[in-house]
Amino acid sequence: MLPENLKQYPAAAALAKKMDAAITGGKFEFQELTIDVDAAQIVNVCKALKTDLGWNRLSAVTCVDWHPKQKGRFEVVYHVQNTTTWERLRVKAAVDDVPAPQLPEIDSVTSVWAGANWYEREIYDMFGIAFRNHPDLKRILMPVDWVGYPLRKDFPVHGYKYSYKSE
Amino acid sequence: MSKVLHVEEHQVASELAPQAPESETGARRMTVNMGPQHPSTHGVLRIVIDLEGETIVRAEPDIGYLHTGIEKECEVKTWQQVVTLTDRVDYLSNLGNNLCYALAVEKLLQIEIPERAQWLRVMMTEFSRLNSHLVWFGTHALDIGAMSVFFYCFREREEILKILEMFSGQRMMTSYIRIGGCALDAPRGWEKVVRKFIDGFPSKVDEYEGLLETNPIWLKRTKGVGFIPLETMLEWGITGPMVRAAGLAMDARKNAPYSSYEKFDFKVPTRTENDVYSRYRIRLDEMRESAKIIRQAIDGMPSGRFQADAPKVVLPDREKMKTQMEALIYHFKIVTEGFRVPAGEVFQVIESPRGEIGYYIVSDGTSHPYRIHMRTPSFGNIQGLPKMIEGCLIADTIAAMGSMDFVLGDTDR
Repeated sequence: MLPENLKQYPAAAALAKKMDAAITGGKFEFQELTIDVDAAQIVNVCKALKTDLGWNRLSAVTCVDWHPKQKGRFEVVYHVQNTTTWERLRVKAAVDDVPAPQLPEIDSVTSVWAGANWYEREIYDMFGIAFRNHPDLKRILMPVDWVGYPLRKDFPVHGYKYSYKSE
Repeated sequence: MSKVLHVEEHQVASELAPQAPESETGARRMTVNMGPQHPSTHGVLRIVIDLEGETIVRAEPDIGYLHTGIEKECEVKTWQQVVTLTDRVDYLSNLGNNLCYALAVEKLLQIEIPERAQWLRVMMTEFSRLNSHLVWFGTHALDIGAMSVFFYCFREREEILKILEMFSGQRMMTSYIRIGGCALDAPRGWEKVVRKFIDGFPSKVDEYEGLLETNPIWLKRTKGVGFIPLETMLEWGITGPMVRAAGLAMDARKNAPYSSYEKFDFKVPTRTENDVYSRYRIRLDEMRESAKIIRQAIDGMPSGRFQADAPKVVLPDREKMKTQMEALIYHFKIVTEGFRVPAGEVFQVIESPRGEIGYYIVSDGTSHPYRIHMRTPSFGNIQGLPKMIEGCLIADTIAAMGSMDFVLGDTDR
């Protein structure tokens, strides 16, 4: 359900008309519109955004780690843009943490925007989120044999496993 | 867990290794490693290329050689300290990165930046755009075989670096644009120096054009090379002059003006040929437009402060610190623990010489950023690179890659 105070914004209202059940919240701050959606519905939401509502360009995908929160620990953030009106919209999907050997999962949106490919690989590399149906999910910035996910909040800035002394 | 992961990713590594896969047409297919130290990649980019004869049938960029963990490091610095890290993301357009970061944090802090600071920022960012385009132009022409252009471009670049040094004390990693304004006010006599440079600059651009415009080798190697449809570019995240050379006037300075760009009169050059040649023309025109913007900035530079009136954010005057207790306290607080930024999230976009830079900043209300994601133009551009060079001849790859103008520091962060 779209929050009452967001109904005045055409972009939010148009999405709510299509996918009201998938919306879990949202806000309008600093002149930027954010809509929270259900992670299970992310592909459908993105499809609706791209094909019906004119948000044809994906600017970036990234992630925020709210450690030590368990429920909704990871927020996957999609920034989309309309290349006719040049407006921007932020869509967020919360992903729950899972016990260590497993990776938290969310559907890949590469079927909607092919350009999500590297951004999702970067999130997999840095946060350890596995994107279902991703065509080529592997590390992108870190070495292929790296263990751990550096941008997680429980990963130390230095002194983790590797040091120059042991070289 | 770690063992399983290791085996799995080892296989990935072997997939990337050079080998000769089967070909459907019967022609012998060869896998070639381009880079990571290939001179035309301008940094450490490795591209694994499958060739049939001289035609590229598959290309896969492999990045990460310059990854320095800037985003992670930002999380342990104070807000103002991060400015020096943003310089090092895109080392050719460092002022653009400074500006984008500063604008994003100022949005969270909700502080008003004085007119003079905004105009100084615009002027310096345009100098940094000129600097970046000159380096691109010199090296791009060098790749294709026109050596002398390089010397002409670096002659002007040297002048720009001297101006940057005059303003900020540094030639390259200036950190001139800070949260709350600029690091220093414009130095005495700056108008004369900047005006002298900018009056002569358009004729220098004509000079570069004269070096190449009638050069048959240059025209043969650039015209009709490196085509990529506009829809493919938008789909794969390519931005900047590439998109403008395909006819879409996508420029954040016009579409979502920031730092008082709306007060300047300039055009966004576009073309429709969508090849290496048109991208070169676009960048030459952009240099002329940047010179126009800088001239307007000299003529109309407002007087006033170069830093915001925000004592909790901006360091106090040295003189005030000697006479006022509050100034000393603010100085102590800002230097020791930094200032706090209200909780929230913003996504600030500006136009860099290479395309769209976006800083997504999340604050949790402390004196350190909670998360900074840099949407850098080169990352998106290199992602789309295979779509441009697949089907090209290998010799054309050099021209096509050069026309993209990527910086590997910007890609890997």
